[in-house]
Formats: sequence, C-alpha cells, structure tokens
Amino acid sequence: MAATLVLLETTATNLRSSSLPAVTAARELAKHHGGQVVGVVIGAGVGSAAADAARFVDKVLCFDHPGLASALAETWAPLLAAAVKEGGASALVASATSIGKDVLPRAAALLGAGMASDVVKVLSAKSFRRPTYAGNAITDVEVTTAVVVCTARQTEFAAAAPAASPGAVENRTVAAVGALGSEFVALHATQSARPDLAEARVVVSGGRGMKDKAGFKVLEELTDLLGGALGASRAACDAGMAPNDLQVGQTGKVVAPDLYFAVALSGAIQHLAGMKSSKVIVAINKDPEAPIFQVADYGLVATWEATLPALIAEMKKLKAG
Amino acid sequence: MKILVPCKRVPNPELKLKIAGGAVELADTTWQLNPFDEYAVETALRLTENYKGGERSGEVVVASIGPKDTATQLRQALAMGADRAILVAGDDATLDADRVARTLRALVESEKPDLVVMGKQAVDGDDNQVGQLLAGYLGWPQATFLSAITLAADGKSATVCREVDTGVEERRVRLPAVATVDLRIINKKAVRNAALSGPDAEWEDTQRLASLKGIMAAKKKELKEIAPESLGVSGDLLVKTLRHDNPPARKAGVKVASVEELVGKLHTEAKVM
Ligand SMILES: Cc1cc2nc3c(=O)[nH]c(=O)nc-3n(C[C@H](O)[C@H](O)[C@H](O)COP(=O)(O)OP(=O)(O)OC[C@H]3O[C@@H](n4cnc5c(N)ncnc54)[C@H](O)[C@@H]3O)c2cc1C
Ligand SMILES: Nc1ncnc2c1ncn2[C@@H]1O[C@H](COP(=O)(O)O)[C@@H](O)[C@H]1O
Repeated sequence: MAATLVLLETTATNLRSSSLPAVTAARELAKHHGGQVVGVVIGAGVGSAAADAARFVDKVLCFDHPGLASALAETWAPLLAAAVKEGGASALVASATSIGKDVLPRAAALLGAGMASDVVKVLSAKSFRRPTYAGNAITDVEVTTAVVVCTARQTEFAAAAPAASPGAVENRTVAAVGALGSEFVALHATQSARPDLAEARVVVSGGRGMKDKAGFKVLEELTDLLGGALGASRAACDAGMAPNDLQVGQTGKVVAPDLYFAVALSGAIQHLAGMKSSKVIVAINKDPEAPIFQVADYGLVATWEATLPALIAEMKKLKAG
Repeated sequence: MKILVPCKRVPNPELKLKIAGGAVELADTTWQLNPFDEYAVETALRLTENYKGGERSGEVVVASIGPKDTATQLRQALAMGADRAILVAGDDATLDADRVARTLRALVESEKPDLVVMGKQAVDGDDNQVGQLLAGYLGWPQATFLSAITLAADGKSATVCREVDTGVEERRVRLPAVATVDLRIINKKAVRNAALSGPDAEWEDTQRLASLKGIMAAKKKELKEIAPESLGVSGDLLVKTLRHDNPPARKAGVKVASVEELVGKLHTEAKVM
C-alpha cells in the first residue's frame, strides 16, 4: 500500500508549527503517490504530542523511548528508514528545519533513496523545484529512485489545517536505540518573547551598520512595536550584536514575512537569499548604491540614527490610534 | 589525528549568474574553494596544531571530486597547510550528492581517517546533504552545522556546538565521525585539540591566507589523481537536474524621502500596517 511519510517534530505535548508546512508538502506528494499521509513522531514521553499531531494526518506512527529524547540523526534516521520500508511508503518528507536537514539525508542514505533539499514546489511524484546558487537560480530536479525523500522550505508551503477527522495513533515498540556514541549534552536556547523568525508576519533585520548592541536595542524597540521578529545579517551576528540563530540568509534562516525591514545592512546575495520572497521590503541605508535597494519596495537613503527614532514615534502614534 | 577534508570548487558567488536555455553558463566564471570547505580546512589545521605555532601533530588530507582544474583549489588548501591532496576525476553533470558521498566513503575506507571535517553546504547546489549521507553510509556518528569543536585529549571523542534553529546545541560524539562546519567555526576560540592546546587557545578570527612560503611548499606536496572506476563507484544518479531558470524578478521599488512618506505608503499603498 502506498503512503507518504512525514516527520513531525513535537514539544512534549504538541506538534511544532514548524512541521505544518511539511504536512502540506506531504499532502501534495500523496496526490501523486496515492495512499495515506502518515506522520512519524519520535521522542521520549511523546504520547500526547502524537495525539495532537494526529489531527493533521491520516495516521501517526509513534516511536516513544527514553533513548529518543533528543533528535539524534543516528537514532532517528534508522526508525524513519524502517518505517518507510515496513509501510511500503514511496515518499518521505520533513520541513527544512535544523532537525530535518540533519536527519533526512541520513535516512535517505539508509534507504538508498535520492533526496531533494529545501524544495519550494512539488512538480510531480518525483520532481521538485528548489532554489540553488543562493537563490540566483531556480532548479528543477528529478529523483530517480522508487522512494523519494525531500525537505520542504517552510516559507513556501502553507501551514496545514487540521484534517476533517483525526488519524489514529499507532504506537511502535522500539527494541533498542543505538546512538553510535553520539550524546546530547545541552541546548543553550535563545530566550525570546518574540514570534519565531520563520513564522513572523513582520521581520526587522539589522546589519553591521547598527554598530553595536546599543544600536540593536533601538531596532528591538521598533520590532516590538510592530509585533515582529528580530533578524540580522551575518556581519551583525559575527560582531555579537545579535544571537547567531537570528541570521537571515542562504546559510541562516529563510523568512518570507508580509513586511521586512532591512536596516543598515548592505544586501549581500547571501542575505537576499533568505528574505527576497518577503511581500514588502523596506530598506534603510545611508549608501544609495547599497544592493539592498535593488530588491526593496520602499527605500530610504538615510542613517538609522536619523530615521529610527522618528519611525518609532510614528508607530507609537499609529498605535495610540 | 588524521583528518580527511572533502572540498568542492564552486563558481565565484559574487559574479552574476548567467542562465540561458535551461542551463547555468559557467564558461566565464572564476572558480574558488567552497567557503565552508575553506573553513573546514582551517578547522582541520587548527585541530592538528598548537595555537602557539610550531608544534603540529597529525595529518590533514584534502580530497575533491571534480575536473582536472580543481587541482588549483586543492593546491590552495595545501598552501594553507594541508599535507596531501587527492583528486578524483568527475564533473558536476555526472555527480549528485549520493555519488559524491559514495566516492568519499571509498576514500575513507582506504585512507582510514579518525575524523572527516567538511563544509555543511556547497554554495552552488545548496544541497546540505553530503556529510549526512557519508556518515549514514559509513555507519559513523555525525556532528553537523558546527560552530565549535574540542577534541578530547585521548583523541577518542569530540565535544561540539551545533547551530540549530533555537540556539546552540552541545553534543559529544565518538570518533571516528563526520563533522560538517558552519560559518562561526572560524571564530577565535571555536576549535581546539585538548592534546595540543589548553583552554586559552585562540586563533585569528578568520581562516588563514596562504603565505608565500606555503605556496612554495604546496608545489612539492603530493596531489594524487584517481580515476573514479578504481574506487568502484558506479550506477545511475539518484537525483537528476532537469533545468535551471532565473528566479522571478521583483518589480522595481521606489525611494521615499522621509519617514512620514514611508509610513504613509506602508499604510495606504502596501497596506501592511
Ligand atoms: C559562505 C557564506 C555564507 C554567508 N551566509 C550569509 C547569510 O546567511 N546571511 C547573511 O546576512 N550574510 C551571509 N554571508 C555574509 C555576506 O556575504 C555579507 O558579508 C553580510 O551579509 C554583510 O552583512 P552587512 O550587510 O550587515 O554588512 P555590510 O556589508 O558591511 O553592510 C553594512 C551596511 O550598513 C550601511 N550603514 C553603515 N552605517 C549606517 C548607518 N549609520 N545608517 C544606515 N546604514 C548604515 C552601509 O552603507 C552598508 O550598506 C555569508 C558569507 C559567506 C562567505
Ligand atoms: N564534488 C565534491 N568533492 C568533494 N567534496 C564535496 C563535493 N561536493 C560536496 N562535497 C562536500 O560536501 C559538503 C556539502 O555539500 P552539499 O551536500 O553538496 O551541499 C561540501 O561542503 C563538501 O565538503
């Protein structure tokens, strides 16, 4: 029986919203492959999370074991590969999160299956569209193996809505977990009350021109007034102005909000790769030749020192009514 | 400590990409080491060095699957300080991530390194796959997207920091393993071999340039060319490229003269506020 498997990441109790685009991609794949969309939930004590995840798919396979608490590719990939084989699935998909990017290629290796990374569109049962060369090319690829594996770019697939009726949860026994000597030590999480970068409707990013952390504080005030997420260029992250996981770009986060502010960042191709699908782009830069103006809908040639305070004041006025 | 560093050459990312007739035209480009692979070479060198200089222990072997000209990029890695190079004949048109990973597996089986250090992603194909595939084929642990690595004094394990979506994750991995590096791996204090340097180890904040002496020395270092057939890697590609196109262009924007005008336009024209 054909099926499309989708890796669903969860917290202890819930499906993570970052997996909802993968569900959408899985539903599109299932149209070509036929059969059910089957979610795979892996973790320790994830029974209720699996039940939550089941709202979105035809069925959930739940692998619950104390040794599976952290997402190690060494332990998760074999479970995914085995689930594909046992279920006779012909497609395996995940969102292109840091877990998806780490685990899915390893699962593809165990399956001897071809994989398409970071796809933005499902073209047919086996072909996909994906950006390459830092988004300077759009490339169509075809997987030639019986099983296809892909990761889906979160910003390009809508968040799936719950299915008409929730699927069943099938608990799978996990015989043994072999981590091959890989061991989770700690997660140093970036604490933030702001919305997640990949999901925010407004993103405010700063670059090297913000000069230091104090400069970023002003940006943060604007960000919070807009209810947005904070982003940064590589140069700003490298200089310690913002945490590394806020880097937007080819090798950082990909965002596509309704509104993107690029402040005091030049717009290097690697940065553009992560934000040029934003609906409306605003650039504030003192250099009229900065490449960011080539993608900006609205450009303001000025220093941030001269503009942000006025912008913040305007926002406050608007908010006040 | 023997470290294998797989390296890819990529077209200069700063040059405008020419796409016509469904294909990328690279005849006029200049080639360079994939930046992440340059960082991987730097990482491997730091892992075989005492930061104070002089003392060095271990071997760094760089390897690429590419056309003959890739020797130029391999020589660059040798000039940075790598000890030996291997070039397996190949061409992007006849390669996919699987083929590269299986070729590398064959090299790992003959070279028997303690550690493979490589880029997390080649900035042309942007696949971010080969390291994970290689680890999967070898049945080795994988440590991906590293922003730091400390090798234990006994050389049997490494403690790593990984850049993940929500912050930084710390892991311990047993060697031999496959490590893929992210941008921040070249920060001053990101890399250390506890057998060679104490916790005070600190390098330059960037990858090293080849010195004149390094360039001279590189000319005498071994660069072995291998035919892929001798590694027994064959079969069909698992992923075929059908065509390349230009991405949709954004329509030209406007310059605004003031904050008031900007806010007005966002409010009434773009309706995003
Ligand atoms: C392998 C690789 C991967 C990379 N990945 C990424 C990535 O994912 N994301 C990313 O962002 N970069 C990435 N980069 C780096 C990228 O190439 C650029 O170096 C970086 O984006 C530059 O950051 P920036 O625009 O903040 O700094 P700069 O290029 O230095 O620009 C600073 C800008 O600020 C302006 N400015 C200065 N002062 C003021 C002021 N007072 N008011 C207003 N404007 C001011 C200047 O005019 C200038 O345009 C990558 C590079 C490599 C090699
Ligand atoms: N042709 C190649 N030769 C050697 N190493 C490669 C080649 N292609 C990719 N790699 C390695 O695999 C890493 C990830 O590449 P990719 O999965 O293609 O994004 C690169 O940073 C290189 O270390």
